[in-house]
Amino acid sequence: MTHLNIQQTLNMIIAVCDRVIESEPLLTEVDRQIGDGDHGIGMSEGMKKAKTALLEKASFETVNEVFKLTGMTMLNSMGGASGVIFGSLFLGGVKNLEPSSTLDASGFRLLLRGALDAVKKRGKAEVGDKTMVDALEPAVLAMEASDTDNLVALLEVASEAAQEGVENSKKYVAKFGKAQYLGERAVGHQDAGATSVSIIFKAMHDYLLSVA
Amino acid sequence: MKKIINSKENIVSEMMDGYLSAYKRYFERVPGQQSAFFFKGRRKNKVSIVIGGGSGHEPLFIGFAGKGLADAVVSGNIFAAPNPQSIFETAKAVDEGQGVLFLYGCYAGDNMNFDMAEELCEMEDIRTGHVRVWDDCASAPKERIESRRGIAGDIYVIKVAGAAADAGLSFEEVLRITEKARDNINTIGLATSPGSIPGLNKPTFELGEDEIEFGMGLHGEPGIERTKMQPAEKLVKRMYQELSKEMELTKGQEVAILVNGLGSTTLLELNIVYHDLDKLMKADGLIVHDAEIKNYCTCQEMGGFSITILKLDEELKRYYNAPCHSPYYAREAIEA
Repeated sequence: MTHLNIQQTLNMIIAVCDRVIESEPLLTEVDRQIGDGDHGIGMSEGMKKAKTALLEKASFETVNEVFKLTGMTMLNSMGGASGVIFGSLFLGGVKNLEPSSTLDASGFRLLLRGALDAVKKRGKAEVGDKTMVDALEPAVLAMEASDTDNLVALLEVASEAAQEGVENSKKYVAKFGKAQYLGERAVGHQDAGATSVSIIFKAMHDYLLSVA
Repeated sequence: MKKIINSKENIVSEMMDGYLSAYKRYFERVPGQQSAFFFKGRRKNKVSIVIGGGSGHEPLFIGFAGKGLADAVVSGNIFAAPNPQSIFETAKAVDEGQGVLFLYGCYAGDNMNFDMAEELCEMEDIRTGHVRVWDDCASAPKERIESRRGIAGDIYVIKVAGAAADAGLSFEEVLRITEKARDNINTIGLATSPGSIPGLNKPTFELGEDEIEFGMGLHGEPGIERTKMQPAEKLVKRMYQELSKEMELTKGQEVAILVNGLGSTTLLELNIVYHDLDKLMKADGLIVHDAEIKNYCTCQEMGGFSITILKLDEELKRYYNAPCHSPYYAREAIEA
């Protein structure tokens, strides 16, 4: 499989929404270890709102609009750090991508490179700061390092890199958000934002597997 | 955990409906925004003060708009900052062409959302500025002051800013005086038991039955020391010493004091705290200009309290002394 049409892109994002919504208890528990425990409910509410907005609009001219509506809905319904950061995850790369009715491997790379740049600019975090960048950056780099045009293969390497990033986040001291006040005590716990990124990549990969 | 709610999805919106219906003579919802409102009786042709943050800390923030206080409040979800669009719409609703000053606690989410809102305001030529409150001296060392959290000190910053804006001062002056208030406030908290996230049946942290934690944050962010429960006198002494060192309090310094309950600690206990605090301050020769003892900045049923000290000079006193009124915070003018 080398590209998604608009309907498939929409279905993939809805599958992402469903997966994050199902993961609310896990994300709450992960965040409660070193944060204030609101990440699960925030992500789940944002994704519920995004899903509703996507299903209501139903008809899209370009794949860009699917990502834009998802990001805008998250940004303006979630609030908190997650709203800005996860809104930027979907919004940040939209402008990099020529408006298109299909999404191919180079489109995925452009979208997610733009997302990474936007998230880092907004949150000022780098890999090692115990944030979602710990999962997002390796995933984007893995996609860029791969020259495959097969979407399943592309998202497989991205998803694996993101999961590895979540594991790595356990080693770090937090520099941002509420976990920063823990210092060394945050070591050993994975970052909730990185966990969400990994869940999102895994859901995209699973969707692609299911339709390939 | 028994919580008097309906569905977890509607907690904040139903709370806002209740508050705004009951106090409709004071407040009106910002058009199109479920969780933002402005004070109907606000003075016109002045700098506008917009405050906000996550819900769940009531009476902060909803209880601090009114006469001599903020002009508008924009609330987020439980413990989560409001979104950029809602902040922008709120600023637009109260802008008088004199500029909008945003006041909020220094947390990553608040900082990012308010920054984005300021960018949206800029596109519509609304002048803006912000003061991030970072009074919690237990949350980071002084060298990293911008990593410190905002807690009960928010109340005095809002109080002073509201009075300075009401006095008709320029944007630069309101900003300068508000920053000065912020720079002269510190708070330290103590937790005896956890709060909860409404809608989730889990405590925000775990603390042994006989344990307390100094400096613990409002959302359960770990503090500086966990020890066995001690008599009020000892707890207060430890907290006062931290503040005194941090603020370099010296004999003859005029101060205003806020003893704030975190949710489930009773006024009986809070008044005992003040009894002990007063003795320590007297022994050090501090001049207590004014003090208040109540719940101002809470985390649901969290147990514990915080002590806030505002160092006053003649200028800050002028704005501190001004009267103010909201359904949850009202005070007569203090005669100079």
